[in-house]
Amino acid sequence: MATIPLHPASPPDGATAPPGAASSTGAAASTGAAASTGAAHAAPVVPPLADAQCHALRRLAGLMIPASDTYGVPGADDPVIFADLLASIGAQADAVAQALERLDALAGGPFAALDADAQTAGAERFRTTRGSGAALLVTLVAQCYYRDDRVMRSLGMEPRPPFPKGFDVTPGDWSQLAPVRARGRLWRDAP
Amino acid sequence: MKLRTRARVREITTNDAGMASGVIYHDAEGREHFQAAEVVIVACNGVGTPRLLLNSRSARFPDGLANSSGLVGRNLMFHPYAAIHGYFDEELDGYRGPGNCIRSQEFYETDRARGFVRGYTFEFTRGRGPVLTAISGMSAGRIPWGADHHRAYRQLFNRIAGMVAICEDLPEAHNTVTLDPELTDPDGIPAPKITYRLSDNSRRMLEHAVARGSEILRAAGACDVSHEAPLALGGWHLMGTARMGTDPSRSVVNPWGRSHDVKNLFIVDGSVFVTSAGVNPTSTIQAIALYVADNIKQRLANLFD
Repeated sequence: MATIPLHPASPPDGATAPPGAASSTGAAASTGAAASTGAAHAAPVVPPLADAQCHALRRLAGLMIPASDTYGVPGADDPVIFADLLASIGAQADAVAQALERLDALAGGPFAALDADAQTAGAERFRTTRGSGAALLVTLVAQCYYRDDRVMRSLGMEPRPPFPKGFDVTPGDWSQLAPVRARGRLWRDAP
Repeated sequence: MKLRTRARVREITTNDAGMASGVIYHDAEGREHFQAAEVVIVACNGVGTPRLLLNSRSARFPDGLANSSGLVGRNLMFHPYAAIHGYFDEELDGYRGPGNCIRSQEFYETDRARGFVRGYTFEFTRGRGPVLTAISGMSAGRIPWGADHHRAYRQLFNRIAGMVAICEDLPEAHNTVTLDPELTDPDGIPAPKITYRLSDNSRRMLEHAVARGSEILRAAGACDVSHEAPLALGGWHLMGTARMGTDPSRSVVNPWGRSHDVKNLFIVDGSVFVTSAGVNPTSTIQAIALYVADNIKQRLANLFD
């Protein structure tokens, strides 16, 4: 099994980003592999999990959402995205740890140490077993993956929150309301 | 004005005259304190308020404070929600504007031909952002884990619109908040115990909403429709467990929020609702709080008469 570095390198200028704000601005790479090289933007993170569980979670994230050359996106195991994920666990650390223990149990051994086929089979059992904690990990992985700048750009979105700047929307065809206006009033006044 | 944060009130105390005299609370370290009061105003909502009143038992109030009617903790109402989602072939631009933007009360009022009384508000949603699309799609099995994830995701992203139906639950005495005989919080205060059964009326209302919502979405061009009813993660507003009314035998507080039994005890939360209405309750709770506060101010000279 390949060794996966748990912690991305610190930013060159030593700046830190707030939790959950890992940014890959300027790292709009065309492939997942290339995108991973943009890891230098993430803040160093003190993982809330033991090393083995970090490895397992990162491997699981990559199985959930792998990198894609077709769509030009990194996987959820990308260093920047995974750093954001670790920084976002917060108060859910105990629940995440329990879910990863369940993953080990369902996979038949320490997940991170299994070969790829056994990991894939274990992840599938984890996904389909009610109460395994998979929903929690899906939420965690999805929220960090789909707020990554590179991923948002690949979806045609600007990598920024909608507020306060808002978005320009193509003006609608108000003629669609003509039948509503022509119908006239059909409600009564409140008593 | 002093706001005590992380304070957890255990009970409201009363004096020999049957008036509220203050509260006993635990601070963040669990230490017990007494705060004397001329007036006690409770705003713990539909579960917390009956929990506190029921835990404020005394020789004079053996069934809990303000509970001579026996209605403290009864008539618990929620808002059962139906969520209906339509999947469209074209892009919808849904994430670029406010999520909930249109409401309809076409099915709000009673029409007995529908098989239930009262009704619901439809609240339409324009779409979902990228994270919610992923979470809901993966949870529903529409977006797989693995190599096919991205293709399936892009079939859904920016192509989902729909609505929720906010159903008006009816007040039913058997839906209750009581004190758990064993479970407590870390300060030893009995936990609330919820006993609730979704009524046939609410169930039929949900079914009606799913049917009408599906029709609307298909008429709007949806190529596929799904639903969840009742919605597990939304709509569980807490109302009705200390109802307002003129008759002390059939209500807990009077029409301006004062307890019938304890003249210096007021309630300003969703527990005073007599009906639940098919809309979110916060604005009404705020209006009631302002209304009761205004009454306290206006009636100050004879507030306890």
